Amino acid sequence: MTFLTDPTFVGFLSASMRLAIPIMLAALGGLFAERSGVLNIGLEGMMLVGAFVGFVATFWTGQLWIGVIIAVLAGMVFGLILGFYTITLGANQVVVGIAMNLLAVGVTSFFYRMAFGAGTDRPRIDSFTPLDLGPLVDIPVIGPLLFRQDALAYLGLGLILVTWFVMAKTRFGLNVRAVGEHPQAAETLGVDVQHIRYVAIGLSGGLAGLGGAFLSLSATGVFLDNMTAGRGYIALAILILGRRHAIGVLLAALLFGAADALQLRAQILPTGVPFQFLLMLPYVLTIIVLAGFVGRNSAPAALGVPFRRGRSGKDD
Amino acid sequence: MSTTELTRAPRFRLPPALSGSIAAVIAAFLVGAVLIAAVGVNPLTAYGALFEAALGTKNGLAETLVRTVPLALCGLGIALAFRAGVFNVGAEGQLFLGGTAAGAVGVAGAGLPALVLLPAMALAAMAAGALWSGLAAWLKLRFRSDELITTIMLNYVAIHLVSFLLHGPLKDPNGALAQTARLTADARLPVLLGGTRLHAGILIVLVAVVLAHLFLWKRTNGFRLRVVGLNPRAAENAGMNVRGTILFGFLVCGALAGLAGFAEVAGVQRRMIENLSPGFGYTAIIVALLGQTNPFGVLAAAFLFAALQIGASTMESAAGVPSTLTTVIQGLVVLFLIGRAALPLIRDWFGRRFGGGR
Repeated sequence: MTFLTDPTFVGFLSASMRLAIPIMLAALGGLFAERSGVLNIGLEGMMLVGAFVGFVATFWTGQLWIGVIIAVLAGMVFGLILGFYTITLGANQVVVGIAMNLLAVGVTSFFYRMAFGAGTDRPRIDSFTPLDLGPLVDIPVIGPLLFRQDALAYLGLGLILVTWFVMAKTRFGLNVRAVGEHPQAAETLGVDVQHIRYVAIGLSGGLAGLGGAFLSLSATGVFLDNMTAGRGYIALAILILGRRHAIGVLLAALLFGAADALQLRAQILPTGVPFQFLLMLPYVLTIIVLAGFVGRNSAPAALGVPFRRGRSGKDD
Repeated sequence: MSTTELTRAPRFRLPPALSGSIAAVIAAFLVGAVLIAAVGVNPLTAYGALFEAALGTKNGLAETLVRTVPLALCGLGIALAFRAGVFNVGAEGQLFLGGTAAGAVGVAGAGLPALVLLPAMALAAMAAGALWSGLAAWLKLRFRSDELITTIMLNYVAIHLVSFLLHGPLKDPNGALAQTARLTADARLPVLLGGTRLHAGILIVLVAVVLAHLFLWKRTNGFRLRVVGLNPRAAENAGMNVRGTILFGFLVCGALAGLAGFAEVAGVQRRMIENLSPGFGYTAIIVALLGQTNPFGVLAAAFLFAALQIGASTMESAAGVPSTLTTVIQGLVVLFLIGRAALPLIRDWFGRRFGGGR
């Protein structure tokens, strides 16, 4: 059992968690949206906006938490724009999401150059550092996995519990589920379908923005063009693998974090596998998950279907 | 699996006609102007520099046409796939693999006459693109995997795969960079206009646009494609082969994106390189939407975005406006295009707020 305390293995575990957090947060965002019946393809863009805005706010104020808060707010704004299109206008949710993601790439790189110029001297902030939790760190497996992280990671893990509680135990969570499964029935019972969906998509954007902020404020300390690199889309796959359930999302995200951590480590080791194949790992895993789990996993009945008051939303 | 499920996500209503597209472009440019003003530059100066560089000189216009080629070919493929109800976001990866196949065949076939070599390269590129796209089709038809996510993931896989090939088996043995050997003259698309890079790829585009138009509106197969995209249930009831049509939508998109890769390799780069595309396959999604999935509309939209991209670097050096403004405008165009539906709502709101007081 000595491998449990081997530095390579310990490093792998804490890296798995660190790499899982941003996609986990985005997937939690996707959870609120999808459970309410809105397909949030825009997670990628909301993450990117969060990563950028969080970085800029921290750079200018020197305060990491101000960056975090602004990133969440920016994600929410982006989410509400997507909400306006999908909920109020009933626009195609995929088209809007893709357009928002492209817009996010443009807006962030445009304002990045506006704020910092196009020079090669990349601005950097002092990112979050792991908290010192004393002897807890030395517990095998759980120590490096759970107790070597920074405050933002703990916030993310806390949000898993909050999400679970909200969805399972509160009236709001019940309404979200009702609206996602059967909006007509929910409306008959006096639930304001559009209102609930707006709140859900706002939360969705905020969580994705937080996931993005983790990339710039915790994982790297810099902002790079398109630094999300598809994580928002991977989050959609994680949502399916995690069965749109908070705990499931945590476990699925950890699997992806582990795959990512594995390829990072394998690149250094003389495995003989070309590094490009290792880089493919998270993306191939996503495809396998989509192929293997979609059929056996029922999505909310009204997912992706726009709702119009007083009309059957099934076929419009 | 019910056929309605197959096309649930991609189904969307087209906004009304040309006026919608033009209004969306104007609105996006206006927002762009605000951003330019925010940088502290006169928007007219910046846009002037942009369009002067893209359209005002012989070389600029040639470069814009060169850039139109990959955007139009990918856009055409995506548009045809849309028509079949398929949301293929994978043109980027399909283009990379097409370019790689074209480069590999071009190097291997050195010495063959151009009339044999160039078609062989084009066919290899189309096959490679269609194969990659077919993978997403198989995942969708066999496992019900949403092509939106699988095609994006396949883009990343393709780019890493191409990187491996260019660092390894296909690498130019006499060079240090990750790229194929330089193509011989017989493996290059001829230049149409002396002193510029304008190559015969633009003719391929024109032929493809006309063929796509004839296919969509004059052929039974094209009719079937449109019916499947608009209403798969009706298509099924009418005895049409819905799954086959969806597969065709994937394959034709992959083949056209692969052809775009061929045109870039044989017409512009003259070898396969690692950074073949700065996101042509993604811009082409906007091109397809702005062109209302109509082949001639796609061509016009591709030309517009090509001009934007070509002029943007001049705008950056002449006026100091970041060239990434073009990406902002591209995203805004689509949001305004579908945002037209908001106009009556806004009118209503103003009516209630300010008109109903009496």
